[in-house]
Amino acid sequence: MTGTLSLRRKATNAIMLSATGVCTLLAVGFLFFILGYLLLQGGKDLSLDFFTKLPVPESETGGGMANALAGSAKVLLLATLLGVPIGFLAGVYLAEYGAVGFSSVVRFVTDLLNGVPSIVMGIFVYTLIVLRMKHFSAFAGGVALGIMMIPIALRSTEEFLRAVPDSLREGAMALGASKWKTVATVVIPAAVRGILSGMMLNLARVAGETAPLLFTALGNFYWSPGWNQPIATLPVMIYNYAISPYADQHRQAWAAGFVLLALVLVVNITARSIVASGLHKAR
Amino acid sequence: MNLPSVNKGAASGEVGQRPPESAPKLKSTNLDFYYGTYKALQGISLSIHPNRVTAFIGPSGCGKSTFLRTLNRMYETVRHTRAEGEILLDGEDIFALEVSQLRRRVGMVFQRSNPFPKSIFENVAYGPRVNGTTRKADLQERVERSLRRSALWEEVKDKLHKSAYDLSGGQQQRLCIARALAVDPEVLLLDEPCSALDPIATAKIEDLLFQIKDSCTVVIVTHNMQQAARVADYTGFFLLGKMIEFDSTKVIFKTPSRKETEDYITGRFG
Repeated sequence: MTGTLSLRRKATNAIMLSATGVCTLLAVGFLFFILGYLLLQGGKDLSLDFFTKLPVPESETGGGMANALAGSAKVLLLATLLGVPIGFLAGVYLAEYGAVGFSSVVRFVTDLLNGVPSIVMGIFVYTLIVLRMKHFSAFAGGVALGIMMIPIALRSTEEFLRAVPDSLREGAMALGASKWKTVATVVIPAAVRGILSGMMLNLARVAGETAPLLFTALGNFYWSPGWNQPIATLPVMIYNYAISPYADQHRQAWAAGFVLLALVLVVNITARSIVASGLHKAR
Repeated sequence: MNLPSVNKGAASGEVGQRPPESAPKLKSTNLDFYYGTYKALQGISLSIHPNRVTAFIGPSGCGKSTFLRTLNRMYETVRHTRAEGEILLDGEDIFALEVSQLRRRVGMVFQRSNPFPKSIFENVAYGPRVNGTTRKADLQERVERSLRRSALWEEVKDKLHKSAYDLSGGQQQRLCIARALAVDPEVLLLDEPCSALDPIATAKIEDLLFQIKDSCTVVIVTHNMQQAARVADYTGFFLLGKMIEFDSTKVIFKTPSRKETEDYITGRFG
């Protein structure tokens, strides 16, 4: 009797262990599969030209995506300038000042904002800015991505600030520091690495967004100085090239995909190492 | 509401040779304290003498830490708390003072050492900086003086710019004392400062309390009756939110006038 029971236990154990193990491998495997495939498809067509040259007409081969790289950088810069300060300061308010009831309402609303499909965000900014200005622009693209950054900027700021022990706040206030002085000189510095890494992960996340840019930044095939005209970005270039009928553009799209993923990975790894290298570790 | 034994301290025996001081440094009169609707302190009246060490003892939850936290209004950082009654600092109503001004004059050291995640130097310089000292030479002078007063200077003078978290637990607590002393407080409140420390680190802190009281009035809450007997000139015994007895330490430990005090110090409960 005990023999069969323990046999059944062993079998259940083995089945569950292998099921969870296989799923873990699958979860990790997809990333490596995508990475490998992109490296294979995109890596081989990656050349210096990709980073330095403008796109060429369909009839020609060669060219690059220098304008899309610069365009993505500009749009992301604008998004950061908009999303990070708003999210950060609102996060400080929620963590340090907000009343319990009000804070939970704000948290709920920002979670909803976070859940807004990115294409809806694109249409929203299209209506709000593009229709009024009567043209697509880098500015509209930056605003769309900036709004998408707010919820995560807010939540990561709030969470890292809440993780700072109250004993530090008490210590500063017992020395005669005012509330805002305590927050500015003790609480935020204690959380700054975490907040910074949260912002970088946030940036990496919106760097790959395509839908909000389709109706806002639109894209083009040349340099776009200033903020007031359509601008090429990596994700939109990938989209346009991938659905085109030309093999050379497909190759360029793979290369762009590889570059985008590599950039996102670098940002992720940098963000994590910032947190890990904390000089003053809390106990 | 006052208990008969309250405020006997100034009248009865004085430890040491110095004559009793005329004006109390801190004077609490009929102080009640509420957490929401729960009344945690009832009619506390007592006088704390300048340049003396005053200890509060009593079982957990008796209100001794709560009382300590009213003296620099630290309780105000907790929501739904309220103090009623009067506390005078050199005759001035502390509830009328600007709170940051009060806390600069009445410093505090907490149960668990709480150094900031900054360098040793920056920890001690924090208070002076917040209170307007900006010249580097002034800051350096204050940091050194404060670390000497807390008997930490010799141990840290070569690593002032290392993280405060590199120090041992006892050193961290002495760093917090140095940090509190750096703004030259008139009163230093210590809330069970040694409860997380080993006996050697505890002895170091007790030693430095003797030095500090030359320039500062010291109020210490302790769980440890031997500690109160060792360091305090005056001792107050709290029980269930009331001040049962307040007197010179010698009287409290040798000839307490209240049954509850005697029961507690002889270990019959608590």
